[in-house]
Amino acid sequence: MTAPATVVRSPAEIRRARRLGITYIVLAAFVLWVFGMGSLGEGSATFKLVRPTDRFKDFPDLVLPAAGIAFVIAAALAAFGGIQLTRGFKKLSNVVLAVGFILFIFAFLAWAAAGSSFSLVGMLDESVKRSVPIAMGALAGVMCERVAVINIAIEGMLLGGAFVAAIVGSQFGSFWALVGATMVGVVLAWVLAVLAVRYRVDQIIVGVVINVFVLGLTSFISQRILNQNPHLNNATLLRPIKIPLLGDIPFFGQILFQQNIFVFAMFILVAVMTYSLFHTKWGLRSRAVGEHPKAADTLGVNVYRYRYLNVMMGGAIAGFGGAFYIQGSVGRFDENMTAGKGFVGLAAMIFGRWHPVGAMAAALVFGFADSIQGKLAILKVPIPSEFLLMAPYLATIIVVAGVVGRARPPAADGQPYVKE
Amino acid sequence: MSTGEEPQVSEPTSGEEASLFEELTGVGLEWRTAILVPALAVFSAMVVGAIIIAVTDIDALRLLGTNPGTALAEMWDSIWGAYKWLFLGSMGSLRAVSETLVQATPLILAGLSVAIGFRAGLFNIGAQGQLLVGGMFALFVGFSIHVPVYLHVPLALLAGALGGAIWGAIPGLLKARTGAHEVITTIMMNFIALRLVDYYLKSSWYQAAGRDDPVSKPIEVSAQLPKLFGFLERSDVRAHLGIVVALLAAYGVYWLLFKTTVGYEFRAVGYNPHGAKYAGMSVTWLIVGVMAVAGALAGLAGSDRILGVLHRGTPGFAGTIGFDAITLALLGRSHPWGVVASGLLFGALRAGGQEMQVNTDISLDLILVIQALIVVFIAAPALIRAIYRVKTAREAERLTTGWST
Repeated sequence: MTAPATVVRSPAEIRRARRLGITYIVLAAFVLWVFGMGSLGEGSATFKLVRPTDRFKDFPDLVLPAAGIAFVIAAALAAFGGIQLTRGFKKLSNVVLAVGFILFIFAFLAWAAAGSSFSLVGMLDESVKRSVPIAMGALAGVMCERVAVINIAIEGMLLGGAFVAAIVGSQFGSFWALVGATMVGVVLAWVLAVLAVRYRVDQIIVGVVINVFVLGLTSFISQRILNQNPHLNNATLLRPIKIPLLGDIPFFGQILFQQNIFVFAMFILVAVMTYSLFHTKWGLRSRAVGEHPKAADTLGVNVYRYRYLNVMMGGAIAGFGGAFYIQGSVGRFDENMTAGKGFVGLAAMIFGRWHPVGAMAAALVFGFADSIQGKLAILKVPIPSEFLLMAPYLATIIVVAGVVGRARPPAADGQPYVKE
Repeated sequence: MSTGEEPQVSEPTSGEEASLFEELTGVGLEWRTAILVPALAVFSAMVVGAIIIAVTDIDALRLLGTNPGTALAEMWDSIWGAYKWLFLGSMGSLRAVSETLVQATPLILAGLSVAIGFRAGLFNIGAQGQLLVGGMFALFVGFSIHVPVYLHVPLALLAGALGGAIWGAIPGLLKARTGAHEVITTIMMNFIALRLVDYYLKSSWYQAAGRDDPVSKPIEVSAQLPKLFGFLERSDVRAHLGIVVALLAAYGVYWLLFKTTVGYEFRAVGYNPHGAKYAGMSVTWLIVGVMAVAGALAGLAGSDRILGVLHRGTPGFAGTIGFDAITLALLGRSHPWGVVASGLLFGALRAGGQEMQVNTDISLDLILVIQALIVVFIAAPALIRAIYRVKTAREAERLTTGWST
């Protein structure tokens, strides 16, 4: 036991910890008043955990008294706040925050579904799907920014990937569509790398320009060629793959193990990237290039090569993620179909503090927010739908401002490196 | 420019004697870089645009094997037709010039908003949201009060600027007080603004009587920006006072940035926030101030759309101006006069592009490609140098800073 009894914390950290504690208390009060009192006498909320087509379709529904569950959750949140304010959660702080967030959402769902039934499995399944392009974009961003290249062009890479996936997929099938989408991401990333690394053009300018260029070109070709030739824009969807045994697990099997390959690719990528970035020689060198390129160079790491390669791998991830819109979702290209999801991915990357797991977690939150809109319309919540739709964005601001605070990017982020 | 007793936060320009151009614009550039490179960039972008038109002409492409002469003639016709209408639609008549001004006005205002952010090291992706909120404020004043035109227009514009300033100051305050990054918060504020507009346009405050769709009441005639060529009594010449507002705003931004202490401090924060802090500036309030001013400018852009062109509110009233403004600010090198020039260029491309879309089978999206290419060629002078063998500035400029300000 060598750890000191008290860890020295900066005033900013202390302030943030206190703010977090107060946030818990406020949330507890909100849950108590709005969700708890609001659903008194409304009866029970029924959550369906399996689909009628599942193997264990008789798995029981989760039936909870809406008001009761709100009171329990309010008590839990209040306890979190109390502990946070008195002694803090130390290393568990982020885990507790995640649990608190899930509890709050659960209280909200119970209140919204009070007196009726609601397919929890359907909504979470939808959340995971919708988070795929956001997560892919965020992972691409992590890849680039860990070697200090800012990639605003994620949006363009997603859109370019979707466009190529639609055309190639209509002509040569899904496999080549995925290859083509990945390649277009690589090409766009190569352009970014050449201009940003070699010519040292401002990285944000290059990124913005690539976005505008891809949006313009894909919309232009779509109007000029695809509209008259619908057979060029009619790709087949990739069916979900059910992993034997695991896919039959009630609830979790449905969400995690009966998905199309994009979802699996997302999980695998997060695992591989986390391992490679933090436990391999390549990862250590990449991070060195991002934090202190000169030191890395002095020790014999080829800064330019690392930047080129990693940015192009990031492009591959984003291009592949773009194919999700076609093969994993709707099968045909529409102008500007990514609709800013690349920027949301960028936000997820910062939100997730440049870490693959954090980036995916943030993407899942955004995906959940996306999926909630369709479902809640059915439940007749007494809030205008527009306010429900803006809630996740509001929540993001609150979390980023109050809890995440000053996120620290790689030290050399955005700076071109000049070899002496 | 302020020097002397001021703390040592120098400008990244060369220390040579200022030329007249530099005196006028505040940027130290040779005529080559100032005129020749942009001209060559526009030309190159148009050439690439022509190639794109040619290779997407699939009917002609099919003929290329059997009858290359006809195929090439067809491609040439497409290109000629497109660029002819692009020119006629932007400069070919009084109506065309007027349309160019109408399109350019909100672009200039929103471009100034993004540019002033860049100058202070802040990446304001939120111009779109500030535009929407500002527009809604101006709209409300536009239909709810009844005063003479000389009061109504300024009041509505002021309201628009206020709305945008509030929406811009929030991310500024969050950044200054909590460190929340403005790229995240402004993106989120954009989404929130979009939903708010949807909500309010269907609320009883805004919605026109007897309508089910999200369309607002029309603004009073006294709140409409007066037409510049009203004496001609031509309804197709829509140019209005907005362009004057935009030019005044550009001068205001120039004056603020380069002639006042506050502007000096804005730029100091952008150039080196730590230096600014140690020089005793209040970085917190400077960030809030910059974002509020940026928001106000974007809010004016939104008000211009409502008071000058549409005269009522619809969900898409802001178009994609807030995003085009980012490209535009980059093209204008974040300098007010550069923004005005590129705003006029983008306005001309958009006005001409609409005419092109109506008269040929070439869609307006070609304009986006051309705009992107222009910026690439200007941002990477090395490309122009390699293609045309002219001397340009050796180093690409840096306008923005990374995440870590």
